[in-house]
Amino acid sequence: MTLIATQGVSVQIGAKQILTNVDLSIGRGEIVTLVGPNGSGKTTLLKVLIGAQTPTRGAVMREAGLRIGYVPQRLAIERAMPMTVSRWLALSGFASTAERKRIAERVGIFPLLDQQMANLSGGEFQRALLAHALLIQPDLLVLDEPTQGLDQPAVAAFYRLIDEVRREQRCAVLMVSHDLHVVMRSSDHVICLNGHVCCQGTPTLVSAAPEYQALFGFGTEGALALYRHEHDHRHDHLESQHDA
Amino acid sequence: MLDDFLVRAFLGGMLLAVAAGPLGCFVVWRRMAYFGDATAHAAIFGVTLSLAFSISIFAGVLFAALGVAILLALFSGRLYTADTMLGVAAHGALALGLVSVSFLTDVRVDLSSYLFGDILAVGQKDLLVIASGATFILLILGWRWRRLLLTTLNEDLAVSEGLNARTEALLLVLLIATLVAVAIKIVGALLITAMLIIPAAAARPLARTPEGMAAIAIVMGMISVSAGLAASFDWDSPAGPTIIVIATVLFVATGTLSRFKKT
Repeated sequence: MTLIATQGVSVQIGAKQILTNVDLSIGRGEIVTLVGPNGSGKTTLLKVLIGAQTPTRGAVMREAGLRIGYVPQRLAIERAMPMTVSRWLALSGFASTAERKRIAERVGIFPLLDQQMANLSGGEFQRALLAHALLIQPDLLVLDEPTQGLDQPAVAAFYRLIDEVRREQRCAVLMVSHDLHVVMRSSDHVICLNGHVCCQGTPTLVSAAPEYQALFGFGTEGALALYRHEHDHRHDHLESQHDA
Repeated sequence: MLDDFLVRAFLGGMLLAVAAGPLGCFVVWRRMAYFGDATAHAAIFGVTLSLAFSISIFAGVLFAALGVAILLALFSGRLYTADTMLGVAAHGALALGLVSVSFLTDVRVDLSSYLFGDILAVGQKDLLVIASGATFILLILGWRWRRLLLTTLNEDLAVSEGLNARTEALLLVLLIATLVAVAIKIVGALLITAMLIIPAAAARPLARTPEGMAAIAIVMGMISVSAGLAASFDWDSPAGPTIIVIATVLFVATGTLSRFKKT
């Protein structure tokens, strides 16, 4: 079942062609990761999907009533705006207090509810953003480089958390990531972007693709060694790319 | 019993404080101080319009303030940074206003009352205008509060939740223009932004949530208005600037207090 899909999406801003003819689709419960060099249009593609950027050409198809929980790269929570973690969670809308507590507990920020957002560490802040997104009860969780600035153990812990909550909430996950090791280990589907879709498919297929190796070199073979496929079902995304 | 004009001045000031507190918080959060200046300075041109076409000051000022706001939105582009654009608009609007007033030969205009306000001359009709303006601002803010906060925090996040960031930004512009039109009588065009920013900034160190900050900003504004009016009566100083002086003292006080608390 497809939650959201794009068909021939192109984005041009000013004279600059940012995305060309992007086709992708995300199914329920799937983890899809966008990889690509800086300036390859990853963030723009996320914006197209969440509705913050209108494509110049092409179309975005969403399942009716699709709920998106978006975890942005940063918030404009400067010191100018006081904001406790608990107030931030309440801003997600109409979730009950009990539900907010449960989610806060789940992502491990319950002891921090009375803290100011501006005083959180990087990892705590990301968890608070994630909690807000989860409270929307999303069908699709969209994360834009959620582990930027986190240290290695925090990165691993954050991805583990993402994987757990998406199973519990049965939502799909779309994220932009630079943590190729983790991507290769935990995604169902990888889209390698460089203004257009270079290649996409299961992590094994993508990391073997010459387009991917041209972009990232062979250094990620180490990631492949780490890659353990825990799912027992088959994916044929490389083929499905063509009939999208 | 207080003189009637003092009661009206007090009431007008209180109403302004109530509306300016929460709206001023958004001006602080969204770094719109210069934007506030630009719209407020356009008010003088609005006064000229009102007198030239014999419409109410409120309507003329609202029209001019909105006009500048829309022009800013249209011309904010790539060639100039936002602060340059706003600087041009703020000072250009003020200069245009001052020049245009001088063309009004058949009306004698007391320019300083529009630049610095004339709170002691607030009449019953003015009071009605101020009350309606303040109510309008508070109702809209209350209705859109969560959306306004979310778009202020992160526009993409707001959009992903189905909100329209542009609508909320436009709404704030409309509210600021309304406040300018309401406040010109009380603190004058030059100090309207002060009434927005200073109570909100003074509230910041004492607040833990956005709502708390808005509420404390209202209290700060009320203290400024009442103490400022009393002081100006005592010292025989102009009321509008005296109110702002008190607000500034409060700002310094809460800022200093919070610094001591932290160390």
